[in-house]
Amino acid sequence: MKSFTGKTLRWEWRERVVELTLDHEPANEIGTAMVAELEKFVASFGALVPETSVCIITSARKSIFSAGGDLRELYHRATAAPEKERGAGVREFLERIHTVLNCIDAAPFVTIAAVQGLCFGGGLELALACDIIVADKMARFAFPELRLGFIPGFGGIPRLNRDLGNAVVRDMLFTGRTVNATRAHAVGLVAQLAGEGQALRIARSTASQITKFDAVTQAAAKKFIKPIPDEELRREIDLFCELFTRPDVMAALKKFLEDSGPMPYLP
Amino acid sequence: MRTLEQTTQEVLELAARHFNLPARSLAPEDDFFKKLGIDSLQTLEMLSRLENHFGIELPDYEVQGVSDFKTLAERIQSRL
Repeated sequence: MKSFTGKTLRWEWRERVVELTLDHEPANEIGTAMVAELEKFVASFGALVPETSVCIITSARKSIFSAGGDLRELYHRATAAPEKERGAGVREFLERIHTVLNCIDAAPFVTIAAVQGLCFGGGLELALACDIIVADKMARFAFPELRLGFIPGFGGIPRLNRDLGNAVVRDMLFTGRTVNATRAHAVGLVAQLAGEGQALRIARSTASQITKFDAVTQAAAKKFIKPIPDEELRREIDLFCELFTRPDVMAALKKFLEDSGPMPYLP
Repeated sequence: MRTLEQTTQEVLELAARHFNLPARSLAPEDDFFKKLGIDSLQTLEMLSRLENHFGIELPDYEVQGVSDFKTLAERIQSRL
């Protein structure tokens, strides 16, 4: 499938480059609807591979790449289930998103995240599955999960650890702070800095350079240099499920979701 | 090194420019949430502009609970 338009995203193939655009109001939250369409996207890789050198993941929203996992949906689903079954429901969702992100991580073509605006939690985990992150000067990155009592669950810790090292993971994780694009570039999270609103243009320019190279060599080099941290990813799912279903987390999430102030509740 | 007054003035000018307001329409004591009617997303955008302008990092937890330009300028000053 060379092009697709769904409810939460769309993709289009053009001259060896496939562009996946997240387009889900209000903030490109990654919930079951987006995961189902991401599953369609990765299922199309087999057909795309022979004619594709690069995939760009971008957002239709001017100020948001993705605010992350759909916490409202996760919370409502968890609280609707009997307490003993909450973990199983969350685990099923995590298994699906991990499968999708592992496919993107190991895609046999180069993947570029073109980030503008907020890139938080699950949104950052999606960007981290890509090979290269291009971000504009207004981009901000964060793993705010610990502020609500759980950890990133879409593979963020193992991938950030793989790409940048443990000290950066600890700073972002233990403070939950948002990090600007300049800092993200300085620590190596962002490969290329773009002017305001120019991330997609720079990503396309990068893609057109990459398409000049031999695709087989590129895929081999990627496989060689970018191992999937399988064991840590499995452990992350277990830990997330263990932490997420605690009553304290449910209470913090409830407070966060019900807060209608200009700055939502975040300890 | 900027004085706190200079920093405050630059914060006011930057906010006015970002939200397309007349340069002198904002005062140090103004509550920016009320005066500008901004939400969390716009607040973070403003934070990015301030960090880029002053060449600093200002963790969002340091400005949590801050709602006036004067206190915001003090937080920035402590990072310069």
